Amino acid sequence: MEAILLQVLNGLDKGSAYALIALGLTLIFGTLGVVNFAHGALFMIGAFCAVTVQKVLTLSKITLDPVKTDFLGNPLQIKTPYVEGWFGPEFGAALIDWSVPLAILFAIPIMLVIGVVMERGLIKHFYRRPHADQILVTFGLAIVLQELIKHYFGANQIATPAPDVFRGSFDFGAMMGMDPNVVIYPYWRLVYFAFAAVIIGAVFAFLQFTTFGMVVRAGMADRETVGLLGINIDKRFTIMFGLAAAVAGMAGVMYAPINSPNYHIGMDFLVLSFVVVVVGGMGSLPGAVLAGFLLGILESFASMNEIKSLIPGIDQIIIYLAAIIILLTRPRGLMGRKGVMED
Amino acid sequence: MLGIKGKDLTLLCVVAVLALCAPFILNPFPQSSAMAQFNAGYPDLMQRFVIFGIFAVGFNILFGLTGYLSFGHAAFLGVGSYSAVWMFKLLSMNVIPAIILSVIVAGLFALVIGFVSLRRSGIYFSILTLAFAQMSFNLAYSVLTPITNGETGLQLSLDDPRIFGTSVSDTGGIPVTSLFGMEMRETSTLSLGDWSFQFSNGYYLCAVLLLVSFYISIRIFRSPFGLMLRAVKSNQTRLNYTGLNTRPYTLAAFVISGMYAGLAGGLLASMDPLAGAERMQWTASGEVVLMTILGGAGTLIGPVLGAGFIKYFENIFSKINDNVLHQWFGGLPEGLENAVVWFTEHFVGSGWNLTLGLLFMLVVTFLPGGLVEGGTRIGRLIRGKSKRAEKKAAQSKPAE
Repeated sequence: MEAILLQVLNGLDKGSAYALIALGLTLIFGTLGVVNFAHGALFMIGAFCAVTVQKVLTLSKITLDPVKTDFLGNPLQIKTPYVEGWFGPEFGAALIDWSVPLAILFAIPIMLVIGVVMERGLIKHFYRRPHADQILVTFGLAIVLQELIKHYFGANQIATPAPDVFRGSFDFGAMMGMDPNVVIYPYWRLVYFAFAAVIIGAVFAFLQFTTFGMVVRAGMADRETVGLLGINIDKRFTIMFGLAAAVAGMAGVMYAPINSPNYHIGMDFLVLSFVVVVVGGMGSLPGAVLAGFLLGILESFASMNEIKSLIPGIDQIIIYLAAIIILLTRPRGLMGRKGVMED
Repeated sequence: MLGIKGKDLTLLCVVAVLALCAPFILNPFPQSSAMAQFNAGYPDLMQRFVIFGIFAVGFNILFGLTGYLSFGHAAFLGVGSYSAVWMFKLLSMNVIPAIILSVIVAGLFALVIGFVSLRRSGIYFSILTLAFAQMSFNLAYSVLTPITNGETGLQLSLDDPRIFGTSVSDTGGIPVTSLFGMEMRETSTLSLGDWSFQFSNGYYLCAVLLLVSFYISIRIFRSPFGLMLRAVKSNQTRLNYTGLNTRPYTLAAFVISGMYAGLAGGLLASMDPLAGAERMQWTASGEVVLMTILGGAGTLIGPVLGAGFIKYFENIFSKINDNVLHQWFGGLPEGLENAVVWFTEHFVGSGWNLTLGLLFMLVVTFLPGGLVEGGTRIGRLIRGKSKRAEKKAAQSKPAE
């Protein structure tokens, strides 16, 4: 029981990341009909927004200590971050500590702009081209973005810690009346899950309860008719692309403390997210979310020692295996609609 | 001759001449000149041109003819490499059994994967092949370590059995790969004045196999089978409605292209007997897609050109560094020089991948037919024949 609960919890944070990326992918696919292989790169850029904010906040003024010397005999350097100088040491330290959540505020406008520029500058020209061309051009774009990040941030992982408050773990078992120290779960992962739930809820609410969302949904169902009604649907779809990029970016920002970002984190997630989208059903938003969590939890179950000793290596391939089985038995995925991507 | 005629025969001859004279053609600059760094006429690089040429020619049979975009072809290359190295370990250092086994194993692999993946088409097919390739990659890294030697990669060692060969060579080292005693890495050098041309046995083996593969690919393109594959690309639904089951055809194409990949993998291992899982990674699959597209998917010569182009520039661009750039732009005023060098730096050295990505985007956007289409366009410009004139010429042909 404890073991099962633990694995479900472990699956939640990865599942949240999959769900968020897959949600964005599906939004883009459902609205614009474009298969975006650069979506993982957007996730990565989000993660590097967190890195950038952290780096900027910890930019330090170096002063020399008048008395102490370091081991080489030079005067000891004291680094004081500029923010501490400007806002006072306490508030400055708090700012640095909270750099990852702060990065979200920074990431949202950036990702929106990147998304809109990407759509207007590149993707727009590919609506009428075959899906293979769309895959290829966005694949090229993903390489470019990844290499740019590698050029400026290096190839190593960059640690971006979560705020102090969320460090440490939460004893889930004790709360549920089980033995303490059995089901332990890091706070930040809990935060990540909650965050993902809020974002997913917000996206659905936006589509369901606003006029804008209603028009977008109508456009997803029948773009031509909506256009004939005198609505500039292209503009709205562009905004949806920006929104999808922002969702991927925020997923990246918040994921940075869980897994220190490096330049190929996006590609690693992209392949899996595509599998998630296909399993959920191309073009189905609830399907993407459901499949994201499902596959995340499945993956963490497969990495249990009991199961690994039963079928060695299953943890490495479970997602792909599940995808293959689902695609062969339910060709449209779990919740795919008829008529989407059938050609 | 050989059952092909006209343009195809010319094309085959051109490829043959190019492949056989590559040590001369790729070495146009004298050794002592500053341009010598643009020479590509050394065996290691030429082998890569040819091997990846084979890989891309095979990929083109699937993608170019049927339009099925596989994102997992590197898996077959990797499997081919592993089987070849195992042959070297167990049987002998002769490359023939190794290459044969790698082709067969890759073919079987492709049969299984193709049988499953080809049930779906379009993006689903791409994702399925990608999933299979990633599965093989992950397994090669983890559970299959006894077979693949995990992260280190599979290598030869002194205590391998090698039933029909020797475990240890006369000099006490690991024996080298050979073709009936002809060592693969043996190279003879011909010095003509300031030029030195290198001829390696390994390269010529690869070149001959490239010619054979290219010939087979021409025959496939021109056969009724090839025509059927093209029909699948243009309208599969219609084919199905005429009562034709297309799956055997696509499966055959998939297996053939998998065998080509296996051949390429076997050759890679024959030239340098080691195999690593990173050859199966999906970026490697992306690379072969790129070569095919860049050269021109669906054309005969395109993939060979694309493979050569990418491997050549990968090699050249990776070699250029800061100092070279400063030399080149030394004539500019200092501020401008630094700016230009700073800008160019992004694209050379380790930034080659960036150039590759950009190139990829540009080609897909502006030149979907790849280099071959670019060549035709330029040719048309030179001949001064506009598109319209050509159309007119086409229209004036009597309709049957």
